[in-house]
Amino acid sequence: MNAIAPHVAETDRLRLAPGVMLRNDRRRDQWMLMAPERLLVLDEMALAIVRACVGPEIADVAAGIDRLTVEYDAPRTEIAADVLEMLTDLRNKGYVVT
Amino acid sequence: MSCALPAFVASSAAEPAPPFAVLMELTHRCPLRCPYCSNPVALDSASAELDTTTWKRVLDEAADVGALQVHFSGGEPCVRKDLEELVAHATEIGLYSNLITSAVLLDQPRLERLQRAGLQHVQISLQDSEAAGADRVGGFKGGHAKKLEVARAVVAQGLALTINAVLHRHNIDRVNEVIDLAMKLGAGRIEIANVQYYGWALANRAALMPSREQLLAMDAAVRARLPELAGRIVVDYVVPDYYARRPKSCMGGWARRFMNVTPRGRVLPCHAAETIPGMKFETVHDRSLSDIWRDGPAFTRYRGTDWMPEPCQSCDHKEEDWGGCRCQALALAGSADATDPVCELSPAHTDVAVLRDRDAAALGTEWTYRGL
Repeated sequence: MNAIAPHVAETDRLRLAPGVMLRNDRRRDQWMLMAPERLLVLDEMALAIVRACVGPEIADVAAGIDRLTVEYDAPRTEIAADVLEMLTDLRNKGYVVT
Repeated sequence: MSCALPAFVASSAAEPAPPFAVLMELTHRCPLRCPYCSNPVALDSASAELDTTTWKRVLDEAADVGALQVHFSGGEPCVRKDLEELVAHATEIGLYSNLITSAVLLDQPRLERLQRAGLQHVQISLQDSEAAGADRVGGFKGGHAKKLEVARAVVAQGLALTINAVLHRHNIDRVNEVIDLAMKLGAGRIEIANVQYYGWALANRAALMPSREQLLAMDAAVRARLPELAGRIVVDYVVPDYYARRPKSCMGGWARRFMNVTPRGRVLPCHAAETIPGMKFETVHDRSLSDIWRDGPAFTRYRGTDWMPEPCQSCDHKEEDWGGCRCQALALAGSADATDPVCELSPAHTDVAVLRDRDAAALGTEWTYRGL
């Protein structure tokens, strides 16, 4: 049996999985990740994390955490823990890939 | 059908929250003849199908009612020569397009055209992990090899791929091989779909029902692999109804997330709803999807919880499973108004076990292929 998938690390580079797109639905006034036969509604924090940490133009997750640390003026260790947990969840649900 | 979607908030009691998706069964025609086909036993003929202009209007109405995604389905939607045109129209009006296909009529040039039209995701059904078994179930020689070829092309083009694997007595022992195959193909998602017994599958239940031993072995195999599959492939897995203790939240609740439009334009809360007697179904020629969604008699009949009998009405799970499946209540308890007999709290629950065990023991039963 293969090993259990590890947590997302700061050195990972993440992008949206095939068929996944960030969309704003004006009728519902919600940001969401649209995905194959599914979607995920993003709250303000989740949206900020996706924008900061996911995409081909972003060096790695660490760079995103740095940016969020400045934007939210919070201790980096706290931000990093929340961000890595959320990104691991998004990866396990197939919304982002390394 | 299972899903883990957030329920959208209704703006008022009279105005239900909009649907998440509209399933468009463009046609009932299909080159495969799977004995568990979810289409009704009485299929719509090609001559009855809606034309391109009407489907485009239906797409417009799907966007108007607030749907975010469209599932182009069938039958086999690729028999429609206007598929690219319909996908392009959906894209133009901001709908996310899924293609639910057997893949045997697809090739790379057509996939490229569909991708250019804005298609995002292709769901391909596999009948087995092995060609011999798969082609026998589908009744289509060479089908399995063709599916694998198209699945690879889907991934190579950067489209999302889901493998839909329907399990029954004849292939359930190879669930591990099916998962391995989906991963080898590069699928982002696999639906481990035990046969749901409606339509053709209900007629063929004695030829398809797995044994308890088979079911337990499959369930243990899948659950043992879920941790290692996390982050590698999304697994949608639902325990088969007849062996479950609680009903599934069918369609995410009646008239809560989905609308279904049949080839001839009937608008249904689920694809099997036509089996329920005494239901009045409107068509896309009668009223708009918005009107039908809001107060169409078929949609309001089992929406929410007011319709529920006991023990559902006082059950803590009533807003989780939404009372299970109405078509199954009809098929197994004789009334679509009844508690879904899959639920162990249903008075008819023990009857399900009797039917299941009888059919599971009917080894050697030949199935009837789906056909017009």
